[in-house]
Amino acid sequence: MINDNMLADIRPDMLKFARLQLRDDALAEDVVQETLAAALGSLKEFAGRSALKTWVFAILRNKIVDQIRVQSRTTNISALSHEEESMDETYDSLFKENAHWSPNERPSSWGDPEESFRQKSFWVVFDACLKHLPENTARVFMMREFLEFDTAEVCKELSITTSNCNVILHRARNGLRRCLEKSWFATGAKAC
Amino acid sequence: MLTCKEVTHLLSEAQDRKITVAERVHLEMHLAICKGCRNFKDQITFLREACRHYTKSEHSEKD
Repeated sequence: MINDNMLADIRPDMLKFARLQLRDDALAEDVVQETLAAALGSLKEFAGRSALKTWVFAILRNKIVDQIRVQSRTTNISALSHEEESMDETYDSLFKENAHWSPNERPSSWGDPEESFRQKSFWVVFDACLKHLPENTARVFMMREFLEFDTAEVCKELSITTSNCNVILHRARNGLRRCLEKSWFATGAKAC
Repeated sequence: MLTCKEVTHLLSEAQDRKITVAERVHLEMHLAICKGCRNFKDQITFLREACRHYTKSEHSEKD
Protein backbone atom coordinates (compact mmCIF):
# COMPACT_ATOMS: atom_id res chain seq x y z
CA MET A 1 0.00 0.00 0.00
CA ILE A 2 1.28 3.47 -0.80
CA ASN A 3 1.36 6.01 1.93
CA ASP A 4 2.43 9.59 2.48
CA ASN A 5 5.87 8.48 3.65
CA MET A 6 6.69 6.85 0.35
CA LEU A 7 5.81 10.05 -1.47
CA ALA A 8 7.80 12.06 1.07
CA ASP A 9 10.86 9.94 0.18
CA ILE A 10 10.61 10.91 -3.48
CA ARG A 11 10.00 14.59 -2.73
CA PRO A 12 13.66 15.76 -2.55
CA ASP A 13 14.34 14.28 -6.01
CA MET A 14 11.19 15.87 -7.40
CA LEU A 15 12.21 19.22 -6.02
CA LYS A 16 15.69 18.97 -7.45
CA PHE A 17 14.28 18.04 -10.85
CA ALA A 18 11.70 20.85 -10.81
CA ARG A 19 14.29 23.42 -9.72
CA LEU A 20 16.62 22.44 -12.55
CA GLN A 21 13.79 22.78 -15.03
CA LEU A 22 12.15 25.94 -13.79
CA ARG A 23 15.09 27.75 -12.18
CA ASP A 24 12.74 29.26 -9.65
CA ASP A 25 12.71 27.69 -6.18
CA ALA A 26 9.30 28.98 -5.11
CA LEU A 27 7.69 27.88 -8.35
CA ALA A 28 9.40 24.49 -8.14
CA GLU A 29 8.03 24.06 -4.63
CA ASP A 30 4.50 24.87 -5.85
CA VAL A 31 4.71 22.47 -8.76
CA VAL A 32 5.96 19.65 -6.51
CA GLN A 33 3.17 20.34 -4.00
CA GLU A 34 0.57 20.22 -6.76
CA THR A 35 2.07 17.00 -8.09
CA LEU A 36 1.98 15.33 -4.68
CA ALA A 37 -1.63 16.42 -4.18
CA ALA A 38 -2.54 15.08 -7.61
CA ALA A 39 -0.71 11.81 -6.91
CA LEU A 40 -2.45 11.31 -3.57
CA GLY A 41 -5.77 12.12 -5.20
CA SER A 42 -5.40 9.47 -7.86
CA LEU A 43 -3.74 6.60 -6.05
CA LYS A 44 -6.43 4.27 -7.40
CA GLU A 45 -5.25 4.95 -10.94
CA PHE A 46 -1.72 4.05 -9.96
CA ALA A 47 -2.58 0.54 -8.72
CA GLY A 48 1.03 -0.60 -8.86
CA ARG A 49 1.27 -0.61 -12.64
CA SER A 50 4.70 0.97 -12.63
CA ALA A 51 7.33 2.00 -10.14
CA LEU A 52 5.95 4.70 -7.87
CA LYS A 53 8.73 7.11 -8.75
CA THR A 54 8.20 6.71 -12.49
CA TRP A 55 4.49 7.34 -12.08
CA VAL A 56 4.93 10.41 -9.87
CA PHE A 57 7.57 11.80 -12.21
CA ALA A 58 5.18 11.43 -15.15
CA ILE A 59 2.71 13.65 -13.28
CA LEU A 60 5.49 16.06 -12.36
CA ARG A 61 6.62 16.30 -16.00
CA ASN A 62 3.12 17.33 -17.08
CA LYS A 63 2.93 19.98 -14.39
CA ILE A 64 6.34 21.35 -15.41
CA VAL A 65 5.34 21.37 -19.08
CA ASP A 66 2.24 23.41 -18.20
CA GLN A 67 4.42 25.86 -16.33
CA ILE A 68 6.91 26.13 -19.21
CA ARG A 69 4.00 26.92 -21.56
CA VAL A 70 2.98 29.80 -19.33
CA GLN A 71 6.56 31.07 -19.01
CA SER A 72 7.38 30.74 -22.71
CA ARG A 73 4.67 33.27 -23.55
CA THR A 74 6.70 35.93 -21.77
CA THR A 75 10.27 34.86 -22.61
CA ASN A 76 12.14 35.25 -25.86
CA ILE A 77 14.10 32.00 -26.00
CA SER A 78 15.99 32.87 -29.17
CA ALA A 79 17.50 36.08 -27.76
CA LEU A 80 21.19 35.42 -27.07
CA SER A 81 22.39 36.29 -23.59
CA HIS A 82 25.92 37.42 -22.91
CA GLU A 83 26.65 33.99 -21.40
CA GLU A 84 25.46 32.24 -24.54
CA GLU A 85 27.56 34.46 -26.77
CA SER A 86 30.59 33.71 -24.66
CA MET A 87 29.89 29.93 -24.87
CA ASP A 88 29.80 30.22 -28.66
CA GLU A 89 33.10 32.11 -28.68
CA THR A 90 34.69 29.46 -26.47
CA TYR A 91 33.36 26.78 -28.78
CA ASP A 92 34.89 28.50 -31.83
CA SER A 93 38.21 28.69 -30.03
CA LEU A 94 38.36 24.86 -29.83
CA PHE A 95 39.07 24.71 -33.55
CA LYS A 96 41.91 25.72 -35.82
CA GLU A 97 41.24 28.05 -38.75
CA ASN A 98 40.45 25.08 -40.98
CA ALA A 99 37.65 24.05 -38.56
CA HIS A 100 39.42 20.92 -37.34
CA TRP A 101 40.14 20.40 -33.63
CA SER A 102 42.99 22.36 -32.10
CA PRO A 103 45.41 19.70 -30.80
CA ASN A 104 44.87 20.64 -27.16
CA GLU A 105 41.10 20.80 -27.44
CA ARG A 106 40.36 17.45 -29.05
CA PRO A 107 37.73 15.59 -27.03
CA SER A 108 39.42 12.85 -25.02
CA SER A 109 38.27 9.32 -24.34
CA TRP A 110 36.22 8.98 -21.16
CA GLY A 111 36.97 5.27 -20.87
CA ASP A 112 34.02 3.50 -19.32
CA PRO A 113 31.93 6.53 -18.27
CA GLU A 114 28.88 4.51 -17.14
CA GLU A 115 30.93 3.50 -14.10
CA SER A 116 30.35 7.07 -12.89
CA PHE A 117 26.58 6.54 -12.59
CA ARG A 118 27.18 4.63 -9.37
CA GLN A 119 29.12 7.43 -7.76
CA LYS A 120 27.19 10.03 -5.83
CA SER A 121 29.87 12.65 -6.49
CA PHE A 122 29.36 12.25 -10.24
CA TRP A 123 25.74 13.41 -9.90
CA VAL A 124 26.83 16.41 -7.85
CA VAL A 125 29.15 17.43 -10.71
CA PHE A 126 26.48 16.67 -13.31
CA ASP A 127 23.96 18.90 -11.47
CA ALA A 128 26.50 21.69 -11.16
CA CYS A 129 27.23 21.50 -14.90
CA LEU A 130 23.52 21.66 -15.73
CA LYS A 131 23.04 24.65 -13.44
CA HIS A 132 26.02 26.31 -15.08
CA LEU A 133 24.25 26.37 -18.48
CA PRO A 134 22.60 29.69 -19.39
CA GLU A 135 18.89 29.66 -18.63
CA ASN A 136 17.42 29.48 -22.14
CA THR A 137 20.01 26.97 -23.31
CA ALA A 138 19.24 24.80 -20.29
CA ARG A 139 15.51 25.07 -20.84
CA VAL A 140 15.66 23.78 -24.42
CA PHE A 141 18.11 21.02 -23.49
CA MET A 142 16.06 19.86 -20.54
CA MET A 143 12.81 19.85 -22.49
CA ARG A 144 14.52 17.65 -25.05
CA GLU A 145 16.46 15.32 -22.75
CA PHE A 146 14.56 15.28 -19.45
CA LEU A 147 10.98 15.91 -20.50
CA GLU A 148 11.67 13.93 -23.69
CA PHE A 149 9.92 16.23 -26.15
CA ASP A 150 10.94 15.74 -29.77
CA THR A 151 12.53 18.80 -31.36
CA ALA A 152 9.40 19.70 -33.33
CA GLU A 153 7.46 19.92 -30.05
CA VAL A 154 10.20 21.97 -28.37
CA CYS A 155 10.14 24.42 -31.31
CA LYS A 156 6.37 24.66 -31.18
CA GLU A 157 6.13 25.13 -27.41
CA LEU A 158 8.85 27.77 -27.33
CA SER A 159 8.09 29.36 -30.72
CA ILE A 160 11.60 28.93 -32.12
CA THR A 161 12.76 27.65 -35.51
CA THR A 162 14.17 24.15 -35.99
CA SER A 163 17.60 25.49 -36.92
CA ASN A 164 17.64 27.68 -33.82
CA CYS A 165 16.66 24.66 -31.74
CA ASN A 166 19.54 22.66 -33.28
CA VAL A 167 21.99 25.45 -32.50
CA ILE A 168 20.81 25.67 -28.90
CA LEU A 169 20.96 21.89 -28.34
CA HIS A 170 24.43 21.73 -29.84
CA ARG A 171 25.53 24.57 -27.56
CA ALA A 172 24.11 22.80 -24.52
CA ARG A 173 25.69 19.44 -25.36
CA ASN A 174 29.06 20.97 -26.05
CA GLY A 175 28.90 23.04 -22.87
CA LEU A 176 27.97 20.05 -20.75
CA ARG A 177 30.54 17.74 -22.26
CA ARG A 178 33.27 20.36 -21.71
CA CYS A 179 32.13 20.89 -18.13
CA LEU A 180 32.17 17.15 -17.40
CA GLU A 181 35.49 16.75 -19.13
CA LYS A 182 37.05 19.47 -17.00
CA SER A 183 35.35 18.70 -13.71
CA TRP A 184 35.05 14.91 -13.77
CA PHE A 185 36.92 13.14 -16.54
CA ALA A 186 39.98 15.40 -16.46
CA THR A 187 42.33 12.47 -15.91
CA GLY A 188 41.43 10.83 -19.27
CA ALA A 189 44.15 10.53 -21.90
CA LYS A 190 44.21 12.98 -24.82
CA ALA A 191 43.03 11.62 -28.17
CA CYS A 192 44.83 11.43 -31.53
CA MET B 1 35.15 16.10 -46.58
CA LEU B 2 33.38 17.47 -43.52
CA THR B 3 35.32 19.53 -41.01
CA CYS B 4 35.38 18.55 -37.31
CA LYS B 5 33.18 21.54 -36.56
CA GLU B 6 30.55 20.43 -39.07
CA VAL B 7 30.74 16.92 -37.70
CA THR B 8 29.96 18.07 -34.14
CA HIS B 9 26.81 19.82 -35.44
CA LEU B 10 25.74 16.78 -37.43
CA LEU B 11 26.38 14.44 -34.48
CA SER B 12 24.24 16.65 -32.28
CA GLU B 13 21.45 16.78 -34.88
CA ALA B 14 21.62 13.01 -35.27
CA GLN B 15 20.31 12.82 -31.69
CA ASP B 16 17.26 14.85 -32.70
CA ARG B 17 16.35 13.81 -36.25
CA LYS B 18 16.95 11.00 -38.71
CA ILE B 19 19.94 12.13 -40.73
CA THR B 20 19.99 11.45 -44.49
CA VAL B 21 21.95 8.62 -46.10
CA ALA B 22 24.34 11.13 -47.67
CA GLU B 23 24.93 12.78 -44.29
CA ARG B 24 25.50 9.36 -42.73
CA VAL B 25 28.10 8.47 -45.37
CA HIS B 26 30.00 11.76 -44.90
CA LEU B 27 29.84 11.33 -41.15
CA GLU B 28 31.14 7.76 -41.15
CA MET B 29 33.99 8.68 -43.52
CA HIS B 30 35.07 11.43 -41.16
CA LEU B 31 34.68 9.37 -37.98
CA ALA B 32 36.75 6.56 -39.49
CA ILE B 33 39.82 8.78 -39.50
CA CYS B 34 39.17 11.19 -36.61
CA LYS B 35 39.51 10.02 -33.03
CA GLY B 36 38.61 13.46 -31.64
CA CYS B 37 35.18 13.37 -33.31
CA ARG B 38 34.65 9.72 -32.31
CA ASN B 39 35.26 10.80 -28.73
CA PHE B 40 32.85 13.72 -29.18
CA LYS B 41 30.21 11.27 -30.38
CA ASP B 42 30.80 8.95 -27.40
CA GLN B 43 30.65 11.91 -25.03
CA ILE B 44 27.29 13.24 -26.24
CA THR B 45 25.90 9.69 -26.32
CA PHE B 46 26.94 9.43 -22.68
CA LEU B 47 25.20 12.75 -21.91
CA ARG B 48 21.93 11.37 -23.19
CA GLU B 49 22.31 8.22 -21.09
CA ALA B 50 23.07 10.33 -18.03
CA CYS B 51 19.89 12.37 -18.55
CA ARG B 52 17.78 9.22 -18.91
CA HIS B 53 19.40 7.80 -15.82
CA TYR B 54 18.65 10.95 -13.89
CA THR B 55 14.86 10.65 -13.94
CA LYS B 56 14.50 6.89 -14.06
CA SER B 57 16.92 5.60 -11.50
CA GLU B 58 16.79 5.93 -7.78
CA HIS B 59 20.38 7.08 -7.45
CA SER B 60 19.90 9.97 -5.07
CA GLU B 61 17.61 8.09 -2.72
CA LYS B 62 20.05 5.38 -1.78
CA ASP B 63 22.89 7.70 -0.95
